[in-house]
Amino acid sequence: MIWNEAKECMPRDEIRALQSSRLVKVVNRVYHNVPYYRKKMQEVGLEPGDIRGVEDLSKLPFTTYEDLNAAYPFGLAAVPPSELVRVHASSGTTGKPKIGVYTRRDIDIWAECVARCLTMAGITRDDIIQVGYGYGLFTGGLGAHYGAEYLGALVIPMSTGNTQKLIDMMIDCKVTAIACTPSYLLHVAEDIEKMGVLDKIHLKAAICGAEPWTDEMRDQMEKRLRIKAYDIYGLTEIFGPGVANDCEYHRGLHIWEDHFLPEIIDPSTLEQQPEGGDGELVITNLTKEGMPLIRYRTKDLTSLEYDKCECGRTMARIQRFRGRTDDMLIIRGVNVFPSQVEAALLTINGMTPHYMLVVDRVDNADTLEVQVEVADNIFTDEISSLEKLSKEVHDKLRQAIGLNAKVRLVEPGGLEHFDGKSKHVTDKRNLYK
Amino acid sequence: MYIKQVSVFLENENGRLDDALRILSEGNINILSVCIADTADYGVLRLILGESERGCKILKDAGMAARMDDVIAVVVENEVGSFGKVVKMIQDEGIGIRYIYGLSIPTDGAPIALKTDDQEKTVKVLERGNVKTLSPEDMQAF
Repeated sequence: MIWNEAKECMPRDEIRALQSSRLVKVVNRVYHNVPYYRKKMQEVGLEPGDIRGVEDLSKLPFTTYEDLNAAYPFGLAAVPPSELVRVHASSGTTGKPKIGVYTRRDIDIWAECVARCLTMAGITRDDIIQVGYGYGLFTGGLGAHYGAEYLGALVIPMSTGNTQKLIDMMIDCKVTAIACTPSYLLHVAEDIEKMGVLDKIHLKAAICGAEPWTDEMRDQMEKRLRIKAYDIYGLTEIFGPGVANDCEYHRGLHIWEDHFLPEIIDPSTLEQQPEGGDGELVITNLTKEGMPLIRYRTKDLTSLEYDKCECGRTMARIQRFRGRTDDMLIIRGVNVFPSQVEAALLTINGMTPHYMLVVDRVDNADTLEVQVEVADNIFTDEISSLEKLSKEVHDKLRQAIGLNAKVRLVEPGGLEHFDGKSKHVTDKRNLYK
Repeated sequence: MYIKQVSVFLENENGRLDDALRILSEGNINILSVCIADTADYGVLRLILGESERGCKILKDAGMAARMDDVIAVVVENEVGSFGKVVKMIQDEGIGIRYIYGLSIPTDGAPIALKTDDQEKTVKVLERGNVKTLSPEDMQAF
């Protein structure tokens, strides 16, 4: 099923023409409405007239997290504040969160993008869908919610945190679709098996995103829950979930090129790669009004395929993600930077920057253990004080990254230090293959 | 009176206790008493040593988290109920006991190490109650 055939199956030359005219418009808008962008363009001697189409894309300067941070919170907004209706945010590398602002029209376009993705997963207005993403600053909850409503499905806004209730309602309301992180869905599958209620559920499709996952995970959830599972991609800065989604042929994630202009660059030379080349995914917002980003570096490593898909769609496909150019971790769908953890730890009196994050997946749920060295000055002879220290570390991390971590105190020198620069992450999940 | 206690942070892993003990024995430090307070992930080894300061230093030099604290060494008479009397004496003054453990040093009666919320006040209370305590000098004899 296809939601918007005119756009999703547009011939390649028409897509390019549409992108070119939209690119010219968005460049004009940011040049005239966003002093930050105007300055950036002037610094490289560019005027809006220099951009006549997609072929001129590589002349434009990139936008990075550092730009978002410098312009935080609303410095990149391209409309007056009265036009803005929503803010979402996710973790930044250091200091300020990555923020996205939306106009009413942005919310509508975003909802249509999500509706296209849901339709791709075979979901229609006759379906009952549970949204198991967190509602709040995170784009997952409200993004999936608005998209499903736009489609006309019946939405149950579960949010996160109560698996028992989710399963109960899944049975009672005869839920047919779910949107949540892939690791959470596997956790749900496990509980359904434990409760022995697999025969009472009516689930047929799952849209999973917010963290990378593997084909093995898809096989598992499809077999265990007797469903079809689809991968949805997005990022707060660009919109949120619904930027791209995979179809039943699983040949990559179709990116909605009428709204998002993708390109691949070599992250070291910053040169645009030829079609099919590997590198960092860079996205330009073509239609966003609130905060359109020009050549935003996603830091996700992948490639793009442009041939027509068996599903009939002509929109380019983002291939399997091969990693990131930075050290960002995605744990239970939450973006975590080691630098955030370090900053939080160092607010504790006497704490050294010797720590290790151990990320694993146990029974299909991500686990985060933070190992902290007990330096001389924080060691005490009383267990209760050491336990208080563990709790303080736990609470500070919860504040900083929004996750409950298991804190393990280790002996000084117990963590490996490499050339004075410690290696701070052990990720045992092996998500990028 | 107070005696010196050396405590060492140990992860709950095979061989960690052994390492600490080896360091002390290689430094020719005698262990007079030992107690371990443990949790699921780690433990605190509490030691009364023949030479506390030097013992603490060689442990630290070996990279371990170690520290020295004052604990009160009480000698409880060998009579039924005498330990309870000492504890009650302290509690009646509203002083909280942080930890307590038996010392394995030969003396008349049962020697016990004690740490409370208010060490000074505890010592006064014990003196008033005629409870015998050991001084660092007493410890030299062992």
